[in-house]
Amino acid sequence: MTNRDVDHDFLALPLQQCQDAALSRARELGAEHADVRVVRLQNSSINLRDARLDGNVTAVDSGLSVRVLVDGCWGFAATGEISATAAARVAERAVTMAKVSAPLVTQRVVLAPEPVHVGNWVSAYDIDPFDVPEADRIGLLAEYSRTMLAHDAVAHTDARVLAVKEQTFYADLAGTRTVQQRVRIEAEFTAVAIDGDTGSFETMTTTAPPVGRGWEYLTGGGQTVGGARAWNWDDELTRLPVLLAEKLHAPSVEAGRYDLVIDPTNLWLTIHESIGHATELDRALGYEANYAGTSFATPDKLGSLQYGTALMNVIGDRTVTHGLSTVGWDDEGVGAQEWDIVKDGVLVGYQLDRSMAAEFELARSNGCAYADSATHTAIQRMPNVSLKANPEGPSLDDLIGGVDDGIYIVGDKSWSIDMQRFNFQFTGQQFHKIKGGKLVGQVKDVAYQATTTDFWGSMTVVGGPSTYLLGGAFNCGKGQPGQVAPVSHGCPAALFENVNVLNSVKEAGR
Amino acid sequence: MSSQTIPTPQEIVEAGLVAAAGVKDCVVIVTCTAIANVRWARTTLTTNGETFSVSAAVVAIVDVDGGTAAGSVTGQIDSAQDVDRLVEAAIGAARQAGPADDAADLPESLATADWSKAPGLATSDELADVTPALGRIFVEARKDGIEHFGYAEQAVITTYVGTSSGTRARFEGPEGRLELTAKSHGRSRSAWAGRSGRRLSEIDVAGADAELRQGLEWQANRVEIEPGRHTAVLSPSATADLIIDLYWSSMARDAAEGRSVWSKHGGGTRIGDVVGDARITLSSDPSWEGLEAIPFATAVASSAASSVFDNGLPLNPITWIEQGVLRNLISTRATAKESQVPLAVAVDNLRMDVDGGHGSIADVVARVEDGLLITCLWYNRVVDAQTLLLTGLTRDGVYVIRGGKVIGAATNFRFNDSPVDILTRIIDAGDTVPTLAREFGDYFNRAAMPPLVVQGYNFSTVSQAS
Repeated sequence: MTNRDVDHDFLALPLQQCQDAALSRARELGAEHADVRVVRLQNSSINLRDARLDGNVTAVDSGLSVRVLVDGCWGFAATGEISATAAARVAERAVTMAKVSAPLVTQRVVLAPEPVHVGNWVSAYDIDPFDVPEADRIGLLAEYSRTMLAHDAVAHTDARVLAVKEQTFYADLAGTRTVQQRVRIEAEFTAVAIDGDTGSFETMTTTAPPVGRGWEYLTGGGQTVGGARAWNWDDELTRLPVLLAEKLHAPSVEAGRYDLVIDPTNLWLTIHESIGHATELDRALGYEANYAGTSFATPDKLGSLQYGTALMNVIGDRTVTHGLSTVGWDDEGVGAQEWDIVKDGVLVGYQLDRSMAAEFELARSNGCAYADSATHTAIQRMPNVSLKANPEGPSLDDLIGGVDDGIYIVGDKSWSIDMQRFNFQFTGQQFHKIKGGKLVGQVKDVAYQATTTDFWGSMTVVGGPSTYLLGGAFNCGKGQPGQVAPVSHGCPAALFENVNVLNSVKEAGR
Repeated sequence: MSSQTIPTPQEIVEAGLVAAAGVKDCVVIVTCTAIANVRWARTTLTTNGETFSVSAAVVAIVDVDGGTAAGSVTGQIDSAQDVDRLVEAAIGAARQAGPADDAADLPESLATADWSKAPGLATSDELADVTPALGRIFVEARKDGIEHFGYAEQAVITTYVGTSSGTRARFEGPEGRLELTAKSHGRSRSAWAGRSGRRLSEIDVAGADAELRQGLEWQANRVEIEPGRHTAVLSPSATADLIIDLYWSSMARDAAEGRSVWSKHGGGTRIGDVVGDARITLSSDPSWEGLEAIPFATAVASSAASSVFDNGLPLNPITWIEQGVLRNLISTRATAKESQVPLAVAVDNLRMDVDGGHGSIADVVARVEDGLLITCLWYNRVVDAQTLLLTGLTRDGVYVIRGGKVIGAATNFRFNDSPVDILTRIIDAGDTVPTLAREFGDYFNRAAMPPLVVQGYNFSTVSQAS
């Protein structure tokens, strides 16, 4: 939390009036629980192509919603209008929705208790992106693009920056009343190289992760805090075209089994898909069976499932500074926490909301409810899920130095995992061949494929704190109707032995 | 601000255009979104919702040093003052943006006869027919040891576009969707059925349930199938997910720049090349009955696929691939000119026809000697843009066909294959029917596809998921 307060123009909305109107109307109509949220989301998207503006839009999405429990059945309704009149009307519609849905209820919903919270919370950032003139933002992206275009190998560039300011008011019948403001940013720069002789092309994208920071992140400002690094854009944008030129003419990988040193710029996504989603209790129980899928890590395995080697320690948290899932309270009024998910290689925890905590007979939710807008209801979403570094672990150079024949994978690209989080396949941005403990040049067309527990069971070295980076995703999808959520994943570099590597060109039958 | 003073969509458009009268041009797009939905898992309700929101986008077009610039801002509108603020912000954004490469005069005026109509609605009433039917299915399922999971939605998205060149166009797009997943035998068996249409109330819930029960029954017999290249019978849903990915990867500008599967070696695009079997045609038409799509261009921001300067441009029927020959790639007026290709603005529906294809999916299965019937695909992602190699997974039912009959079920598989390459490996097809793409139906739900029989589909590895 910073010394900032929530923006005055959000606090000036009729929040108290909406709270009073919605909650009193819901109580009158028989709701045993009711909560009201007022949300305003500001989004800015700027895209440049070859250092020229391609498209830009600023969007403000605001509204209010009411969620009720009537006879153990949820009802939810929302509107774009923020007023006491609308709040009372929406409360009535939410109760109606609960009654229409009642024929489908076979299990009454009960919520785990939570202490009452009252307060304001603002995420850690220096410069509000929406305070920076658009011309300045476009100008910086053009300058960065020109840095890459200056290299002979670069035929085209794409630049993309998304900035979000999310403001949320929450109040419920128990007396909790919270106001939060979160700022986050994501920037990607991609260079394209074309081989005129063969007609083939390669791309390479920067590895800077999205973070809960302001515009200072794009200028290389801000302080490194733990794994949340201030980013050296000049360095990455200068090196990237050189790496791309090498990749264009790099040999195609020979499919087979390799020892992989996976950089945190790639490993965060593997964590996200194979641990983050697999340990969502709603999935493990089957809530997402029709859409995002379920999980092999079912509740009967809690405390016994050997997820990976004993070197594997994974935490969930909604507290880490600059984390994309970091909050003061979740969207059910539960205070932010940190807890173990995998300890010494064994599954020991899940991500919960209040109804799942009650079903699991736990004293309290660990605060993973989130709704991506006023018009969507809160569902269980991912906290920051991070693999701990080994305090005594090696540096990146030492990690690579210990590999005789392998590949060092940097940056994320394509990803896919099955509906129970078993079988996955990932690619990357850079694949550096390791021979005798040294990097000896890039290969290309690499995809690694494994089953989750086999993969984490092959992790034989976990890098030290110097290799640790807070990566993440800006728009993780889940739920019906579809919702997106931002989430961070911290991790060190790590060594995985004997992993199946495919050649993507051969897979295409070429 | 009380609800009585909120401007109508038409008033928002007119107020926006008046407020922007001092600039070169202006576009106002009002989108009214009404959704009623219900979701269930473990044979009980999990979430539901009824929402209505109105969003306005203003695209201000201004003269700047060196050319014409555009700025776009969207937001909710609670009052006439909100419209003024939005226009002011859009003009400010345009003045800071610099000259736009796609700058052009706005299209000539377009008027639709329904301009003055109010936006369409979707309320909990839309669910009133479906929830009792689902309740009855749940009762029977519990008796038979079957768990149900799924989602039902009625959405109505009404779009109003007004421009300073005189366009006043409205489109109301109702979208109904039902998805059912059933699991049995300790969740070791899993089947899925999806339906889409204009109205949820018109969807046959009982028919979808019967399809699920057939799938669960087929899964009683497990057949070991090794990964590798097998003949695949892709359901219309599975076909749709592959072909939608192909459609989204068909930007003329990317192809002309040399960074697409549709790029021609030596420069230019592959338009005019034979890219698939001569029986295949892929097309779009906003007027197709049952798949009606917005018939004019709308764009809040420019990209390779759309231009804010094209707002209001009438959309025509387009043939993308005609009897195996690539005829068009997605373009805007600007990218068509730049890439030297025919103008072909993206339409929000897609149809694939295979000459000679006939019969239902059951009829197609009966014509296959040895193959795997794929219910649907999931988590499809581009691995290599150069070949449009996709990876993804089968889901909720892979059935083994021998001698024209389903004899049991196999495991799920990860696949690695390219929809472009598949266009050359189609050996049979059925009738083209409206379908819901399992993965991309959230974003693209107006598709009509045939079941396809594909030779040598690359099932890369086994997925243990069930």
